Amino acid sequence: MGIRFGRLLAITRKEFIQLRRDTRSLMMAFLVPAAMIVFFGYVISFDVKDIKIAVLDQDQSQRSRELVESFVSAGRFRITHRLEHLAEVTPLLDRGAVRMALVIPPGFARHLAVGQQAPVQAILDGADANTSAISLNYATAIVTAYSAGIALKATRMVPPVSPEARVWYNETLESPPMIVPGLIAVIMMIITAMLTSMTIAREWERGTMEQLASTPVHRAEVILGKLVPYIGIGLVDLLGVVLLGMFVFGVPFRGNPFLLFVMALLFLIGSLGLGIFISATMRSQLLATQLAMISTFLPSLLLSGLMFDLNSMPVVLQAISTVVPARYFITVMRGIFLKDVGLSVLWGQGMAMVLYATIGLTLAVRAFRKELEA
Amino acid sequence: MTALSRSRLWQLLRKELLQMMRDPRSRRLLILAPILQLLVFGYAVNTDVRHARTFLLDADHSAESRQLAQTLTASGYFDIVARSERPADLTQALDKGNVLMGVHIPRGFGADVARGRATSVQLLLDGASANTANVALGYATQIIGRYGLQRAAQIAARAGVLSKTGSVDFAVRVWYNPNLESRAYNVPAVMGTIVMLMTLLLTSLAVVRERELGTLEQLMVSPLRPAELILGKTMPSALVGMFDVVLVTAVALLWFRIPFEGSFLVLGVASLVYVLSGIGIGLLISTISNTQQEAFMSMFMVFMPFLMLSGMMFPVENMPRWVQYVTLLDPIRHFLIIVRGVFLRGAGWAIVWPQLLVLALMGGSVLTVATQRFHKRAD
Repeated sequence: MGIRFGRLLAITRKEFIQLRRDTRSLMMAFLVPAAMIVFFGYVISFDVKDIKIAVLDQDQSQRSRELVESFVSAGRFRITHRLEHLAEVTPLLDRGAVRMALVIPPGFARHLAVGQQAPVQAILDGADANTSAISLNYATAIVTAYSAGIALKATRMVPPVSPEARVWYNETLESPPMIVPGLIAVIMMIITAMLTSMTIAREWERGTMEQLASTPVHRAEVILGKLVPYIGIGLVDLLGVVLLGMFVFGVPFRGNPFLLFVMALLFLIGSLGLGIFISATMRSQLLATQLAMISTFLPSLLLSGLMFDLNSMPVVLQAISTVVPARYFITVMRGIFLKDVGLSVLWGQGMAMVLYATIGLTLAVRAFRKELEA
Repeated sequence: MTALSRSRLWQLLRKELLQMMRDPRSRRLLILAPILQLLVFGYAVNTDVRHARTFLLDADHSAESRQLAQTLTASGYFDIVARSERPADLTQALDKGNVLMGVHIPRGFGADVARGRATSVQLLLDGASANTANVALGYATQIIGRYGLQRAAQIAARAGVLSKTGSVDFAVRVWYNPNLESRAYNVPAVMGTIVMLMTLLLTSLAVVRERELGTLEQLMVSPLRPAELILGKTMPSALVGMFDVVLVTAVALLWFRIPFEGSFLVLGVASLVYVLSGIGIGLLISTISNTQQEAFMSMFMVFMPFLMLSGMMFPVENMPRWVQYVTLLDPIRHFLIIVRGVFLRGAGWAIVWPQLLVLALMGGSVLTVATQRFHKRAD
């Protein structure tokens, strides 16, 4: 029995009508992605901007005030506490009220005046390693610049080697351009796998599977027919989240929209196929949703390079991450959004997308056949 | 209404525990979920920048340029994984995302340094990985700046210029997590998410499952008092929640060797209060859901924002101000402050009481509302 377009269309229509009546699913299909991108876009941020510090200036000199002033004028530090005694430092850090305490001991200016090393101490709350490391970098840079300024003035030398940093693709090093394109990939994956994970299980639970089995349709027609409406939803979602990312979060779109469309289509087919596969194997909507959630959400969020650098993970996790489809799609999204690269760079990821779509479709069709014959 | 009967309660509790343990799927969920999360947060969620992949574009080939490259790699923060002399190669490596940073040492660098002329080194960073790039940039700037100052001091000393210029000696002491390991911050926090997930899931499904199967009516007409019914339904989740607290603590201490500075009593009491708030929310979900599917969906809709706003993965203080106020409604956020405080800072009652109070108020009010709604639905 070959595939006939008319029958396929009939299945599509049926699925479409069913979807339209299912308000809960529809809401999930259209509102949840938009809500997710806005919510995650605001919440996921590694930008360290407002570092609270306490200052204990025991020197109270022109020099010490200069140093404190250079912390304020750098823009990232906010002095929330000015202390009188060293004993005040511990409770502040214990409570987590400030991230860092800057202690300028007496004699700071005198040491500098006679050409000695003037100690300055920073006590850093290291609990949150990432934020603390970044804060420490900023602080060290400020003190080093201050110190170099004094030394250079004294020796009348030119400033020595200066690092000249240029950041490509995301010049201000802010989180949204890094997070949003990747988030789009994760959201597409979660939503599509969840939506389709219910579609076959629903037929089983409502007892309509036997009816579907007794109608003269090819199993590929059923699967493809069921896929079409979801691909439509997925593409509308994609457009929506891309626009939200660009206009709400100001993420630049530098690359080729057509390439993005093709890649997204392949990714959608793969994820939808995976969802149908889960649905057909589980036979229960509850289990199918749970499994779809677990198998898509955590890996695509954590093992995809979205937030955490894959290169610094243990080898075992790096190996696992190679089978996380979102990993490749995130590279594609970032490449097209930020780097304006084409297939000459992304061909590997393109192949991965084709492979994913093929595997997803095959799994879906095969799992479905087993059910019909059982 | 007669008083609670311990034997009736015990019967129901036994039935619940039996049901939970008999189902292989739920058994797997109970064990696998915490282990999986611990592994992921112990190993995957890693923001430490070590051995950043670096591309060296050395157009100078002088002793100085080699020295500078050597200084970068010796720091342990950078690994030079590729070298070339053509800028196009560097561009391609960045485009592909193969390297995080490119270091371009211009021609004439060595001569400039040797003569004490100002010179620069160009750093090119892949901003698509903003967080890592930011940390790496900080390290690179420091290392190169320090190298420059050292060389300048040598030259000044040789030239007989007054070498005794004052400088600031910046001594940094890192408290609570001296090696700045993200693991020490993340692993204990798994407790917050796993306990919330388990109590929400188990409590809401335990009630809704009976409703879906139609056995809730049977339980209603049995001589069980409503209070006994609620207790019997929620105690298994409480037990699982507390078990997860012990499990995560054990793994954190014995496997990941995370320091534990505080008191087990503080942690235990806080966990108990936290578990109660989770059970309250779970019960509330069960009163608004008719099917397990609905309950699961609602659970997900509640849990996901809780997780994201908790500061588990994304620091709350980096969020926009208005979002920070929203996070105050999130029980996970308050519990994480306690857990991290107890583990790393040795925080005692004097420090954790505000969070503990908020959790108790939240738990108490949610639990009250949930039981009332539960009674109403039961009637």
